[in-house]
Amino acid sequence: MDRLSINQRAVILSFVLLIGGLLVWEASIPAQKAASELTEYERLTGGGAPKAGVPPPSQVIEKAWQELSNPFYDAGPNDKGIGIQIAYSLYRVLSGYFLAALVAIPIGFLIGMSPVAYKALNPFIQVLRPISPLAWMPLALFIIQDSNASAIFVIFICSIWPMLINTAFGVAGVRSDWVNVARTHELGPIKTALTVILPAAAPTIVTGMRISIGIAWLVIVAAEMLVGGTGIGYYVWNEWNNLDLTSVIFSILMIGVVGMALDAAFGRLQRAVAYVE
Amino acid sequence: MSKAFLSIENLTQRFPSGKGEQMTVFENASFGIEKGEFVCILGHSGCGKSTIMNILAGLADPTSGAVLMDGKEVSGPSLDRGVVFQNYSLLPWLSALKNVTFGVAARYPEWSKAKVVEHSTKYLSMVGLDGDAIHRKPSQLSGGMRQRVSIARAFANHPKLLLLDEPFGALDALTRGTIQDELLKIWSGTSQTVFMITHDIDEAILLADRILLMTNGPFARVAESVEITIPRPRKRDQIIDHPNYYAIRNHLVHFLATRSKELAGQQTGSESNTPQTVRIDRLEEAKGDDSDDPRPASHLRAVNE
Repeated sequence: MDRLSINQRAVILSFVLLIGGLLVWEASIPAQKAASELTEYERLTGGGAPKAGVPPPSQVIEKAWQELSNPFYDAGPNDKGIGIQIAYSLYRVLSGYFLAALVAIPIGFLIGMSPVAYKALNPFIQVLRPISPLAWMPLALFIIQDSNASAIFVIFICSIWPMLINTAFGVAGVRSDWVNVARTHELGPIKTALTVILPAAAPTIVTGMRISIGIAWLVIVAAEMLVGGTGIGYYVWNEWNNLDLTSVIFSILMIGVVGMALDAAFGRLQRAVAYVE
Repeated sequence: MSKAFLSIENLTQRFPSGKGEQMTVFENASFGIEKGEFVCILGHSGCGKSTIMNILAGLADPTSGAVLMDGKEVSGPSLDRGVVFQNYSLLPWLSALKNVTFGVAARYPEWSKAKVVEHSTKYLSMVGLDGDAIHRKPSQLSGGMRQRVSIARAFANHPKLLLLDEPFGALDALTRGTIQDELLKIWSGTSQTVFMITHDIDEAILLADRILLMTNGPFARVAESVEITIPRPRKRDQIIDHPNYYAIRNHLVHFLATRSKELAGQQTGSESNTPQTVRIDRLEEAKGDDSDDPRPASHLRAVNE
């Protein structure tokens, strides 16, 4: 065992925990009695009807295999493949998110560079930031009159704050020496912003973007449960209404996997812009 | 006095000192620097050397007075005045080469990319950086190598005036020696005008044509301008044997140790504080020429710092 590296040992431990957990889960689900074992009385009182219960992992894995082997089928409004549902959710998250980035990063730059703008905008930010993004939903639905656009708006409003605040913080914290280098090289304001301040503040800005994408992915599930129609959040709620708990568990896992992938993508971006002083 | 290439005229800097009062760092400082001259300024901390440097660089504005370069008033930073900062001020996300091309591309926007890279590589090799090292980030370079990059960036831009703010202050003594040699080498190939702040007397004697001495603050002033009468090219192991070396060194140590305090805090009113020129040349004395050394040679004694 000592000859294995830390990574190898960690992988083995992960597998042991996974298999152990699945076995405990499988074993703790009471088996349904076969029809031949039922007494006359049980059959008369409906004991033979399958009881809704938490499905064992074997069923979830089977379901996952079935769904993932054909993720993009479309058999009507309430029967779409998991790939289509996730694609709808990603489309909403990314549109709302990039709209937020388009607004938050320039305003963050402004706030970071101008103390006046910071002091003027700070009260608004402090009031708007703690509002649960879903609280905007009724207003958004009323004004926009479109459920899909309202969901995108909710993503926009929830992902704007971490990006805005981190951009302002990163820009304000750029070392004055580096700004002086730009000044002694007669760089104009736009060139200074792009070639000195942006790369200097990039690690902080990307950290804010990473927090934002995480929050956006959390919020989209709830938003889609409300607006309905399509998306992974709607899918979870729809399968709950169908009492198909196997699909519910499967989609919960898929939400986790996609969230992890989004975070990993931003983690990679973060490493790309990092520098050592 | 006829206008020098760089002329500092009645420069005064005051800062608010808390209780609504004004703290005068220096007052009516006036001196000139000729084209191609290497001038060092020596003085204790707090006498306003860095403030003068920032005003020359255009990064700060004086309370009153003016800086004229080539007869034109200096206002704001400019590519004509290159700065090497004490903490190197390299951009940490760029490689050594990119840090230099950054400056060269700003100075010569019309140059092709290849020409910018070629020019930058040439200046990096002049300070002894080539091969793989120029593609490393500043964090992967030693302090000495970082300052070399910073010097290469400044020289590659051919500024009319090069400002060095204690460039070797953060380096160990041995590295400092090597880079001083690099600086002398790169400087002697150009006719670059240099103004440098330093704390190190030996460094100043090795590098400078003239050393400006500042009294302590507040109300600091540039009291003396000491000519370094040691011929170039200078080598650190040879100049110490020159008869003028210890005479000049002792004069400087004496000034910094006692006279900078005695002369401190003397308000001179509105008159211009032009430094007194001091020339110490033992060789001329030996020939029987008139020496304008203010203090007789018999008063010069070896002082160890």
